[in-house]
Amino acid sequence: MAERLLEIKGLKTHFATDDGMVRSVDGVDLSIDRGETVGVVGESGCGKTVTALSVLKLIAMPPGRIVAGQILWQGRDLVPLGADEMRKIRAKEIAIVFQEPMTSLNPVYTVGDQIAEVIRLHEGLGRKAALDRAAEMLRVVNIPNPQRRVHDYPHQFSGGMRQRVMIAMALSCKPKLLIADEPTTALDVTIQAQILELLAEMKSTFGMAVMLITHAMGVVAETAQRVVVMYAGKVVEEAPVGELFRAPRHPYTQGLIRSIPRIDTASVKKTRLEAIAGVVPSLLDPPAGCRFAPRCRHARAACLEAMPALREVGPGHKVACIL
Amino acid sequence: MAHYLARRLIIAIPSLLGISIVLFTVLALAPGDPFEELASNPAVPPEVRASLRAQFGLDDPIYARYLHWLLAMLQGDWGFSFASRVNTDTLILQRLPTTLFVIGSAQVLALIIALPVGVYAATRPYSVFDQIANTLAFVGFSLPTFFTGLLFILVFSIYLDWLPFVYSDVTATGWRWYWEHIRQALMPIAVLGLFQGASMTRYVRSSVLDMIRLDHVTTARSKGLAEGTVVVKHVVRNAMIPVVTLVALQMPIVFGGAIVTEQIFRIPGIGSLLISAILANDTPVIMAVTFVFACLVILFNLIADVLYGWLDPRIAYR
Repeated sequence: MAERLLEIKGLKTHFATDDGMVRSVDGVDLSIDRGETVGVVGESGCGKTVTALSVLKLIAMPPGRIVAGQILWQGRDLVPLGADEMRKIRAKEIAIVFQEPMTSLNPVYTVGDQIAEVIRLHEGLGRKAALDRAAEMLRVVNIPNPQRRVHDYPHQFSGGMRQRVMIAMALSCKPKLLIADEPTTALDVTIQAQILELLAEMKSTFGMAVMLITHAMGVVAETAQRVVVMYAGKVVEEAPVGELFRAPRHPYTQGLIRSIPRIDTASVKKTRLEAIAGVVPSLLDPPAGCRFAPRCRHARAACLEAMPALREVGPGHKVACIL
Repeated sequence: MAHYLARRLIIAIPSLLGISIVLFTVLALAPGDPFEELASNPAVPPEVRASLRAQFGLDDPIYARYLHWLLAMLQGDWGFSFASRVNTDTLILQRLPTTLFVIGSAQVLALIIALPVGVYAATRPYSVFDQIANTLAFVGFSLPTFFTGLLFILVFSIYLDWLPFVYSDVTATGWRWYWEHIRQALMPIAVLGLFQGASMTRYVRSSVLDMIRLDHVTTARSKGLAEGTVVVKHVVRNAMIPVVTLVALQMPIVFGGAIVTEQIFRIPGIGSLLISAILANDTPVIMAVTFVFACLVILFNLIADVLYGWLDPRIAYR
């Protein structure tokens, strides 16, 4: 069995607001093995990003707080770790690429300086050597003229190029896990494909594990080996990617898959693209019972009583649904 | 960079010309006459007054007088003070260093207070420290300098008797000379500096608060940088860009405040020179001093623009 890198157990991250406690992440279990790509899928506001930020403890505290659960990084719990210990893990062990390449880089420093900053911090290199490494990283992520481009500022790069810079920065200390938080959402379609391709290429070069957060099922199908489907702060289904697309068990997953436009069937049968009715429920004091029940076409009385636990329905396939 | 500076200096010329035209016209149209006091002097016959007026060109049309003033100015002749019978430039040069010393030190004091307090308050919004800093800042810029000035004099000169309450001639020599000068400058510097520092603290705080929420700050934290480094390198540096503009825009107010403060503490600076010149109807001096103020304001705006470009690489020196 592959070595377990990250294991999240019963993670609960809540945010105190004026209206009450928002349970953004409310009991998430998730694990990632060495070298594996895990897709985390769900609608906006279902807790994917908060889960990712909790792993690196980048949640603004207050108002956010990890109320319960463990985040085991190679067997060591990160939740009680102090700020200094946590800093040694960030970028060096677990790196993150954010959704918004336009705002994720500091506009007043050159991209070279920003990449070199991580290298100097974790690898203890000098200014010159770190800048050379930064240029090397830009070359690795296929940015033309890296020797010249290191001295450019973020505003001199396009969105796709900035995301490449972010990836270069994230990979510059050769982390064991890369969290990609919707890395392609803010980019246009052709660039999306390039960035996904780059991520796959980087994975084969550096051999790190990837936690790919996205709301696009298509992205997951292309890149991940295993998929975790989240809904309203909880994991509702987890399966190997092929299995998930072949036999989705949770009605939410089924809905997500049906809402992907398919060029092969749609054009022939002229079927309507299905959307999941309703919106993600408020995570402010959510009611007991299955959180998807109000939007679920198969919901019955039992669904409203208690949130079903994740249960194994096949090898590596878990689902939180009584059906 | 040098090209940019040269271009900005050239652009400053029409502004200064415009300012001088407006100033000159307003002063020429204002009632009052530097030779008025002579009218009440029985020893000076009206003909002498009239010939004096003619000699100094006071009867010429305004545009002719302006052109005359401008030509003289371009040749380095700032005019002649009717009241003190001295060249205006000598008068100003005697007093300018004192004013610049007081204003400069006050600005430095303001920065020393505003930067750490504003940044620290913004990193802990709504904490006790933040609340206290906010309240004090509010009090600080609500109290006019003429009030705090008098209050300081009352407390530090009259009750405590620590500091001299007005400027006077320093007779001491050597180190004592410097010490006496610093002692009499302390209160005006504190009054102006605290007033400036109060409003600057609020600028710094709100600017840092705006920056600290931005995505690139989360990126910086995700790199594993220490919180202090994140704040200094990735928050404060960016937050300084709007602060520089605000501080530059405040310079005219600073000079205005300095005039009042100089009056209270009897500082022999150009502010009190301006007031005495106004009282004496000494038009050439009024003109010259206001013009110096205008030049200083333009100079500080230029410095702000240069700083702006240095802090924000998205702004090109073009």
